[in-house]
Amino acid sequence: MTTATSAADRAAAPTRRPATMAQALNQALRDALTADPAVHVMGEDVGTLGGVFRITDGLTRDFGEDRCTDTPLAEAGILGAAVGMAMYGLRPVVEMQFDAFAYPAFEQLVSHVSRMRNRTRGALPMPITVRIPYGGGIGGVEHHSDSSEAYYLHTPGLHVVTPATVEDAYGLLRAAIASDDPVIFLEPKRLYWSKADWSPQEPSTVPPIGRAVVRRPGRTATLITYGPSLPVCLEAAEAATEEGWDLGVVDLRSLVPFDEETVAEAVRGTGRAVVVHESSGFGGAGAEIAARITERCFHHLEAPVLRVAGFDIPYPPPMLERHHLPGVDRILDAVGRLQWEER
Amino acid sequence: MTVLDTPAWRPRADAAPLLPDPEPYRLLGTPAAADLDPALLGLLYGQLVRGRRYNVQATALTKQGRLAVYPSSTGQEACEIAAALALRPRDWLFPSYRDTLAVVARGVDPVEALTLLRGDWHTGYDSREHRVAPLSTPLATQLPHAVGLAHAARLSGDPVAALAMVGDGGTSEGDFHEALNFAAVWKAPVVFLVQNNGFAISVPLAKQTAAPTFAHKAVGYGMPGRLVDGNDVAAVHEVLTEAVERARDGGGPTLVEAVTYRIDAHTNADDATRYREESEVAAWRAHDPVELLERELTARGLLDDAARQRALDDAEAMAADLRERMHAEPQLDPMELFEHVYADLTPQLREQAAQLRAEMAAERQS
Repeated sequence: MTTATSAADRAAAPTRRPATMAQALNQALRDALTADPAVHVMGEDVGTLGGVFRITDGLTRDFGEDRCTDTPLAEAGILGAAVGMAMYGLRPVVEMQFDAFAYPAFEQLVSHVSRMRNRTRGALPMPITVRIPYGGGIGGVEHHSDSSEAYYLHTPGLHVVTPATVEDAYGLLRAAIASDDPVIFLEPKRLYWSKADWSPQEPSTVPPIGRAVVRRPGRTATLITYGPSLPVCLEAAEAATEEGWDLGVVDLRSLVPFDEETVAEAVRGTGRAVVVHESSGFGGAGAEIAARITERCFHHLEAPVLRVAGFDIPYPPPMLERHHLPGVDRILDAVGRLQWEER
Repeated sequence: MTVLDTPAWRPRADAAPLLPDPEPYRLLGTPAAADLDPALLGLLYGQLVRGRRYNVQATALTKQGRLAVYPSSTGQEACEIAAALALRPRDWLFPSYRDTLAVVARGVDPVEALTLLRGDWHTGYDSREHRVAPLSTPLATQLPHAVGLAHAARLSGDPVAALAMVGDGGTSEGDFHEALNFAAVWKAPVVFLVQNNGFAISVPLAKQTAAPTFAHKAVGYGMPGRLVDGNDVAAVHEVLTEAVERARDGGGPTLVEAVTYRIDAHTNADDATRYREESEVAAWRAHDPVELLERELTARGLLDDAARQRALDDAEAMAADLRERMHAEPQLDPMELFEHVYADLTPQLREQAAQLRAEMAAERQS
């Protein structure tokens, strides 16, 4: 068996060089397959092709067809089979090819994956990771750009995790696969090719699932976001300095469990908060987050919590998607509406 | 290379050997029955009598308010018993909601098998210990689970087979199709048992399928289809045992259609007189699985009045025990609602558990 990083490589001093999120995810799958024989990767085109985004590149070659398996084209069947494999004691890692292609698996997810532990009083836990490339901004045609997180986070029994950085992509995917609970692992597909200095020899300490992180401290308002909107928020925070605003940015990393402590502490420090995500605002993650901030931080708030989200419309065709996706200007407009005293 | 040389051009299997028999396979009342093992027939008979009594008792428990609902398998006991007895201890059973009887015949405590329908917990038995998946309420969704488990066992070199049960209505679901396709492609050691009992609640067969038989559907997936008289317990047991052994030996999956009839309504909450004729029910009552076996045993001198009475007494004792234990109030701990959602409580669930604990404390004080 050969892997991308041989033992000799690993013995050498780690060197950090530019790596993409896609590479980090691939390395996480490799390391999980190496570490635990119960781990099985499966999905459409994940074998010879290496997945349409190449996240599983080389895994079948290096670990064999039984460990990284091209399945028939049927998402309910893939996830349903994963349930049975988990019942046997395996640890399936399922790839759904695109966000909107995961919907046929919804019944298996909601009626079985999320409930099996509860139904059987813990006799049949479901250590299944469902990897789903999600979100827009890549010029995809219809059904290739959905932000589907709200469907999942409303389902008790599922963890919902989404990385926004190269390091987190590795660490959170390892944590998701190691988790004894089912994890919906949402991969922001437009960040697949984002780069950071990273070393596969020392990939990162694994952040526990359920911990948010302050990506940028700030004193005047807090942007709360996750996944594909993190870079947009960081850009907005940078631009805001010109307006005299010192914006903090919190990256949730995990929607379920939700790290209320980190969010509340950040918002208490600023008294103003804007939640930013790509998916439609109505009934979305931002609604839940805004409600919880209001419940916990009401006396610290100087303004209502605002949301910057995608419009409540079906995902637009690619030539119009830039009007739908929250951008720097829309975020700064929202920050401007946070009831600032006359300056 | 021409298209004629490409894998897509030529059929991938010969369809003829996969086709089911033209008529449902039968043993009881045929000359072949003479070769049946008397010990096996005795075992099947005792289980059938118990099974019939179980259905009657569980239906009575619904009227006494002890069960929220009971989907009876009266008339289908041969399939239920044969399915359980075709499996070895390390095999797995994947039942639907009408298959409580198969679960009990597999060795699960009759009370534990009924907790779903009593409503004190969803699955009352230890699925892993008994190797019986939870009774599946969403139709056909348990079939891909059986495929996945069987596939995992095969990958591990573990000689384990899975038997998954579904009704005629369930075959219309997409999961039925996906499960059979995966099973055949993966050569998974799994057997699918379709109990064709004539009705999906009220909808008759003609509105469910236009296939020649459900067993014919096997051919489309590249697995053998078997058609069997679902009220002939010896025939169902033989067909299922052969299929399970074949699966375990690496021969791949089989689809078995057992033709039977749902004598009772869909559940105690259903009124079957709204959609079917009593004459049809009467015809099937005359083809009763318990009586078919009784006739065979009696004709061969294997069952006298004393033996019949012993079987009835055994069933009555089981029913009395079930009745008595089901009349006891289940001990419930509402705090358990939070225990098995995740491996560890999330911060939000910890808060909600504390809230419920406080509410219950206040209730006790008032």
